[in-house]
Amino acid sequence: MNLKGTKIKVHDMSLRDGMHPTRHQITIAQMQSVAQGMDAAGVPLIEVTHGDGLGGASVNYGFPAASDEEYLRAVIPLMKTAKVSALLIPGIGTIDHLRMAADCGVAAIRIATHCTEADVAEQHINLGRKMGLDTVGFLMMAHMIEPEQLLQQALLMESYGANCLYAADSAGYMLPDDVSARIRLLREKLKPETEIGFHGHHNLAMGIANSLAAVEAGARRIDGACGGMGAGAGNTPLEVFVAVCNRMGIETGVDVFKISDVAEDLVTPILDFPVRIDRNSLTLGYAGVYSSFLLFAKRAEAKYGISAREILLELGRRKMVGGQEDMIEDTALTMLRERGQLKAAAA
Amino acid sequence: MKKIKCAIIGPGNIGTDLLYKLRRSTLLEPVWMVGVDPTSEGLARAREFGLKTTDKGVDGLLPFVAADGVQIAFDATSAYAHKENSDKLNALGVMMIDLTPAAIGPYCVPPINLKAHAGKREMNVNMVTCGGQATIPMVYAVSRVQRVKHAEIVATVASKSVGPGTRKNIDEFTRTTSGAVAKIGGADVGKAIIVINPAEPPMIMRDTIHCLTLDAPKQKEIEASVRDMIAEVQKYVPGYRLNNGPVFDGMRVTTFMEVEGLGDFLPKYAGNLDIMTASATRTAEMFAEEMLAGRLSFEPVAA
Repeated sequence: MNLKGTKIKVHDMSLRDGMHPTRHQITIAQMQSVAQGMDAAGVPLIEVTHGDGLGGASVNYGFPAASDEEYLRAVIPLMKTAKVSALLIPGIGTIDHLRMAADCGVAAIRIATHCTEADVAEQHINLGRKMGLDTVGFLMMAHMIEPEQLLQQALLMESYGANCLYAADSAGYMLPDDVSARIRLLREKLKPETEIGFHGHHNLAMGIANSLAAVEAGARRIDGACGGMGAGAGNTPLEVFVAVCNRMGIETGVDVFKISDVAEDLVTPILDFPVRIDRNSLTLGYAGVYSSFLLFAKRAEAKYGISAREILLELGRRKMVGGQEDMIEDTALTMLRERGQLKAAAA
Repeated sequence: MKKIKCAIIGPGNIGTDLLYKLRRSTLLEPVWMVGVDPTSEGLARAREFGLKTTDKGVDGLLPFVAADGVQIAFDATSAYAHKENSDKLNALGVMMIDLTPAAIGPYCVPPINLKAHAGKREMNVNMVTCGGQATIPMVYAVSRVQRVKHAEIVATVASKSVGPGTRKNIDEFTRTTSGAVAKIGGADVGKAIIVINPAEPPMIMRDTIHCLTLDAPKQKEIEASVRDMIAEVQKYVPGYRLNNGPVFDGMRVTTFMEVEGLGDFLPKYAGNLDIMTASATRTAEMFAEEMLAGRLSFEPVAA
């Protein structure tokens, strides 16, 4: 693979996807210190939002330590060169949240939908573009459909005004060929000025390999997170990816040692537990299940005594998509009932 | 027995499913179907059922309202078209049941506040959203026992059951449902989340209702209240079922519902659409009973 001289932009997820393993409890001060470290290391884009995007504060996904607005207003003014983005999942957040984030000074808005449901994002993408934001269409769980179907959805988002389209491997299920096939087709068929991005999860330890495959196929934005942050077994480990890029001559503009110091000194200490590939996060990647289901399945295991792995496999069989965290407790209860360990619910 | 004559505006999936339900009603008689497209399949189907139809929108219906004795109209078009439709028909004394998220009239969730609306002689009532109809009764079942600080609903629907109108305006769903969860459900704060799932075969509508109570939940009373409320909803949506719960976890009370439709015009998995048309029918029947008993009549009002 010769990618020498290729310029890419890395996008840090520690303060958004990283909200999943920290149960959305990263404090404002921690956000500020991690973001400043990243800014100083040369990371060009940093995402700051509830793990489930703007408006994600809920019983269903978890209440965060501070509101999206408080986080954004605390972080954005401190950035010297880095730009801050926010994530918005229509159905959870609305354009009211988008306006709020724009008012806080985000430079980029990423509108995420399940990979088959791009048309719910029309209002939000339209508005983001109209407001002059770097507007990204973000297709989640992209492993669930064929490249050609993914392209059709990407074309819709492009037609609404997205200037960058992402294939997101939200389950950490893809192998490098799966990534290449999708990114290559998007690169061929979308407008040349539309950027392509890839968002990986490290559930099968493919974060780096998949991201390189994406760059080779034409992606120029790559998501990652420091210190193992991110749902499941974390996103593509950013400090490692930057180091690999340096060795290969891919230009990220990020200082390897500075970013590995951010990972070690600022991010690792705020984790409740080491984010790594254990049997449950491996199951996510192996069975193609949404990465942020991990902690919910572990909680259901603790409460109901059914292994998280069995619950995750069942969620995969039922083809659950991102945002269906409510179905985890429900599925555990149903499994208990089917095993005769719970009296039939009254109805 | 005399029936109250009705018009349906919007011959799409919702309007057609509604037509099937109205044809079974002992109190309502659908007589007009209103559309805007002369080639509409929905209009053709309505004609086969013996309804009069127009492809000129509500303006095509207005000249016939008096002669055909139309007293109730259902709007199954869009939030944007609704106000004008409602003004024109209200002006002729026709009561409007709004199935769009426009919500210019008060929210109506039949087992909670239908009787109150009929008593207040409302000329326009809004059916909230599918997610609202499926979940607000469960919020109310908790809030009538004790104070609910935060109520939150997650409606998950099959991709195939979500039409282009809802997709274009998904925020309308989120906002209207959140508002009604608080206001009609009886919670200090309301939040609504919608998830669209493309699985094949399509999944039956699922709804999760989380309530955070102010004080420790009174489990026995809440369980009984939830049971009673499910029985009320089942009177007009037989496929409204408790899948799991209520689960009590600290101050959290969660019920997991499944809504299977009757499969009239729409497939059974589309319980989200069925519960809208069934709720609208139920609402119209309550008003019709009052009209037939001579307790309620609407005079034409200035638009």
